[in-house]
Amino acid sequence: MGVVTLYLSIIVLIPLAAVVAKAFSQSPSALWQSISNTESVRALVTTLLAALITAAIASVMGTLVAWVFVRDDFPGKPVLNAIIDLPFALPTIVAGLALLVLYGTSSPLHVHLAYTRTIVVVALLFITLPFVVRAVQPVLLERGREVEEAAASLGASNLTIFRRIILPALRPAILSGAALSFARAVGEIGSLVLITAKVPIASIVIYNDVESDAPHAAASLSLVLMVVSLIVLALIRRLGGRVAH
Amino acid sequence: MLISTRAKWGLRGVALLYLLLLLILPVVIVFIKTFEHGFGTAWSYMTTPAAISALWLSILMALVAVPLNTIFGVGAALILVRGRHRRLAAVLDAFIDLPFLVSPVIIGLALTLVYGIHGWFGNWFASRGIEIIFAPTGMIIATVFVSLPFVVREVAPVLAEIGEEQEQAAATLGASSWQIFRRVTLPSIRWGVLYGVILSTARALGEIGAVLVVSSLVAGSTLTLPLLVYERTQNPGAAGVTGAYAAATELAVISLVVLLTMTVLSSRRRDH
Repeated sequence: MGVVTLYLSIIVLIPLAAVVAKAFSQSPSALWQSISNTESVRALVTTLLAALITAAIASVMGTLVAWVFVRDDFPGKPVLNAIIDLPFALPTIVAGLALLVLYGTSSPLHVHLAYTRTIVVVALLFITLPFVVRAVQPVLLERGREVEEAAASLGASNLTIFRRIILPALRPAILSGAALSFARAVGEIGSLVLITAKVPIASIVIYNDVESDAPHAAASLSLVLMVVSLIVLALIRRLGGRVAH
Repeated sequence: MLISTRAKWGLRGVALLYLLLLLILPVVIVFIKTFEHGFGTAWSYMTTPAAISALWLSILMALVAVPLNTIFGVGAALILVRGRHRRLAAVLDAFIDLPFLVSPVIIGLALTLVYGIHGWFGNWFASRGIEIIFAPTGMIIATVFVSLPFVVREVAPVLAEIGEEQEQAAATLGASSWQIFRRVTLPSIRWGVLYGVILSTARALGEIGAVLVVSSLVAGSTLTLPLLVYERTQNPGAAGVTGAYAAATELAVISLVVLLTMTVLSSRRRDH
């Protein structure tokens, strides 16, 4: 038991404590200045907004994909179902490079999104794809379609059935998947490092601060991101979800 | 829902198009781009000294991080589920997920603040000639950090599900705690452990954010395979970024193998 605690302390807790200590080793006004300067605020707003949009789109599309996988049948479904987990297995830098090829300046689809906010959201949707799908799928499987059929036989329209029967049952799963996607999106760097250029993303601003030997600025912004993560963690715990997939 | 055939086709179409544009096409196009100048060119990029050294460094990361985190993971899961000290277990439970929640770049920053030249223990190590930040050692610590929770999170639910009865039965028959672990507990959690090992390996091989911060990005010594993709994209050579695509393809092939193993394992696990 002592060994486990010691290991966790050395690897995780002491380094993270060093970030918090660094942030507070400056005067409160300097800390506030590092967080509230134009560059930091722009980065934080862009990052949180991108994460929020990602979580929203992921909720809708993830639920749709899960529904199609559970209630629909088509050739190739098992293979496609396995591929859903690819974003967890694929290194994020490969995801970034792949999206840059497909939606970059020499896009074969003629969709030019490189270095825009849109491609940031696309990359975040890629890396968070499994969260909502894998949260919703088991709930849909377990429920079966009896209640839905009963409602339909009593004359309920599809929209009513979706709103009154399916959605309430799925809400906790969707929310917990969305919260995980949001948490993951806020801290993401690997898939974004090749595609953002001038789009201010918090994790990349932190990286540039470290590279330009500005540890106080990096630690201050990190502190804000860590507080956001802790709030999301509390939310996930409350929803009864797991952080690991 | 009693959905009309047309609506069903519509929903299926939207879902498949979404997966095609977001997931499948990007990965396929990396393969196409890699081999667009022929297999020989791609192969030559995969076998440059820098690329081979990057592959080995990535494997080294996994070889150190995964066993450490597996031992820790099984131990931590035992404390979480079987421990008598509930309060310690609750604290441990809250902290274990931190590596998943904290941004990888913050993990890198944290390590420079502890082991860097101006860091808490930086001087101590530097005066003994041990280089950590901007050296493979720091990159290994970063990899251990980011891949820490996988085994715990796969094993703990399995432990909770199998219950304690068999272990208690073994204890009343006079088995020592090591015997109980080896002969009763371990066989019943082995699929969970294996699944956690696969996930940690994938993460260790693919990590870039945390490792990027603590690497000096020197080819042949501190470039892992993902960092090589990054470096080759930033500094494209005479032949453009084909080298980056080639390294990305290596990683994509590894992750497809990981995915296949995961799929086989989870159907195995359901049967047991």
